[in-house]
Amino acid sequence: MTDQKMYTLAVLVDNESGVLSQVSRLFSRKGYNIESLAVGKTHRAEVSRITIEVLADDDHIILLANQLRKLYPVHSVNILKPEKSFRRELVMIKVKAPTNEIRNEIIQITNIFRGQIVDVSVGALTIALIGNENKINGIENVLSEFEIIELVRTGYVALERGLDTIYNDTKEKGEFNYGKNVL
Amino acid sequence: MQLTGAQILLECLREQEVDTIFGYPGGTILNVYDALYDYQDVFRHILTSHEQGAAHAADGYARSTGKVGVCFATSGPGATNMITGIATAYMDSSPVVFITCNVGENLIGKDSFQEVDITGIAMPITKNNYLVKHAEQIADVVREAFAIARSGRPGPVLIDFLKNATAEKADYVPLPRKEHYTSGRIAQLVKKSMFRFEPPRVDDNDINILLEMIRNSEKPLIICGGGVVRSRSQEQLTAFAEKLDSPVALTVMGAGGMNGRNPLTTGMIGMHGSQASNMACDGCDLLIAIGCRFSDRVALNPASFAKQAQIVQIDIDRAEINKNVKTDHHIVGDARQVMEILIDRMEQCDHKAWKEYVFSYPREAEYDEGGDKMTPKQILSTISQMVPDDTIVATDVGQHQMWAIQHFHFEYEGQLLTSGGFGTMGFGLGAAIGAQVGNPDKTVIHVTGDGSFRMNCNELATEEHYGLPIITFVFNNQTLGMVRQWQNLIYHKHYSQTTLDRGPDFVKLAQAYGLKGRRVSSVEELREAIKEAREWKKGYVVDCIIDTDEMVRPMVGGGSHITDFIIS
Repeated sequence: MTDQKMYTLAVLVDNESGVLSQVSRLFSRKGYNIESLAVGKTHRAEVSRITIEVLADDDHIILLANQLRKLYPVHSVNILKPEKSFRRELVMIKVKAPTNEIRNEIIQITNIFRGQIVDVSVGALTIALIGNENKINGIENVLSEFEIIELVRTGYVALERGLDTIYNDTKEKGEFNYGKNVL
Repeated sequence: MQLTGAQILLECLREQEVDTIFGYPGGTILNVYDALYDYQDVFRHILTSHEQGAAHAADGYARSTGKVGVCFATSGPGATNMITGIATAYMDSSPVVFITCNVGENLIGKDSFQEVDITGIAMPITKNNYLVKHAEQIADVVREAFAIARSGRPGPVLIDFLKNATAEKADYVPLPRKEHYTSGRIAQLVKKSMFRFEPPRVDDNDINILLEMIRNSEKPLIICGGGVVRSRSQEQLTAFAEKLDSPVALTVMGAGGMNGRNPLTTGMIGMHGSQASNMACDGCDLLIAIGCRFSDRVALNPASFAKQAQIVQIDIDRAEINKNVKTDHHIVGDARQVMEILIDRMEQCDHKAWKEYVFSYPREAEYDEGGDKMTPKQILSTISQMVPDDTIVATDVGQHQMWAIQHFHFEYEGQLLTSGGFGTMGFGLGAAIGAQVGNPDKTVIHVTGDGSFRMNCNELATEEHYGLPIITFVFNNQTLGMVRQWQNLIYHKHYSQTTLDRGPDFVKLAQAYGLKGRRVSSVEELREAIKEAREWKKGYVVDCIIDTDEMVRPMVGGGSHITDFIIS
């Protein structure tokens, strides 16, 4: 448990009920806390993609991925390499803006961070921003000078750079499918 | 053809050529039992005393016959009573389809009477599980469940039907088992996941690497694990070991994977492994583990395990590779298939000097037979002399289990039924019942201890009712022997809560269930009892009195180096 670092796992699963709890159960069983989790449909209707961020060490992340690959509703699992992938997250922040002056200041900050104002109401503004932790922590930091009344993050989604995808066939993937072969 | 969900379920079991069901009825599964009434000539239903017994029986049936076991239970407590049985099957990769019914759709999620989220509870201990809400899903799900239970690394699958799904009608189209992979849901699964129809081929390059390692090895050792037993490949293992001219160590689950009397076997390996096995493991330069997951009872200390050897793991389950012990090479594949290729492509080896070294150590511990009590070895060799060679042995868990595996030389795969992974006390009697039902022509014995037997001895009622001639041998030492052994050796002789100075009188217990029993304290009496039991042809309990302080030898402490014997 000494050299823990953040890993990003991409998991392709059947789009069916109960699959998410099967996947997340494996992390709690091994005593790992999921730092971030995002689930959504893919371009194939029957398949969902789960992106999980977890603090773990080298050996355990491989064991976790292997246990995931064994599950029947799981099609494939990739441990994404930071240098060969990119990750993004959407954050929405609701900030109190009691005066015109404060409102203008928040709008300026939002523009600098290339965020969007998605809601303007009497006394409050809501900002949406897409980015990685540097950018999101940055705006959160600056806005903390005002009064943040609500904040929500989607959790990270991530993709490999270039032509490589989670659909690539590898020898290892074949080996896992061997055990799942329904013959 | 319009049928009720319950009828579709039974038709699907017929498709799978199921002829025996173990189970226990109840409120929510009534529709299934009602339909079963009309299928009495298709299925033999064995009603046990408790759902746990039914689960172990279905497991024992599966292990001894190589077929998929089937077990029914109702919702709530019926389902949770099976949990220990499901976990036992899961840890030992036994193919069983567990079928439970739940409350109807209108009651689900309302904490209704006897409602429980059994699919949620069973998730970590099943290969896959299903919640079926409507009758039209039943055929697809049952077909898939059986395919998954028996494919790859076998294991238990659970299907939970809502009560309404068993009552409502749906269209049922019969589909012979052969065609399951070309139509319906399994076909989709095959297509979607790029599963292939032919069993996948073992990677050529992986084989070549192993052949090279074999050529360079002077001191090889094979470990035979449960995978050899599951794939019924004793013939291939024997041929492989002879060609490699290598000793073969057996894990608990691997017993029977090679004939226990074959001169190449070193006996059991691990915590209670023989000196020959453990010394061979420590001294070998090439360790080939087949269908073995290096459990903590085998590999003890993963860091020092076979530290002089290159370790090669052959397993069908890729997730087992490097899980417990870091390996130098692996081959993913069916044990039988891989060994056939290896036998075909390797040359005859000769490792005479190495074998001489290994077999200079004993394969079995010797006991002092001078005392007034019978030794475990005396009991087991007496039994094995007096029962047929193909006798199936079901055990519970504890000292008697280790003694049985050490001293009863198993000849074929599926002859030993034991809870190796989960260590379930109370497994044996249910398993013996399942084995006897599935193998009516064989002799089945149940080896147990006084602690284990007390746990599920209620199944003597089942044994009596169905006229199953199982002989139970209770190794009665008036204590929880294995725990006492640890207390004796490691916990300063603090015999905390392990003394079983209490009833019942097992002979009278047998009689109360309509069976016969006898207490024996000498080999002579034991012989008479076995003779009487074999003539009686019904259930029989032999209460064998042994010494309270008898120990399982040898023993290596948990986590220790494999040759650091606490006792030899």
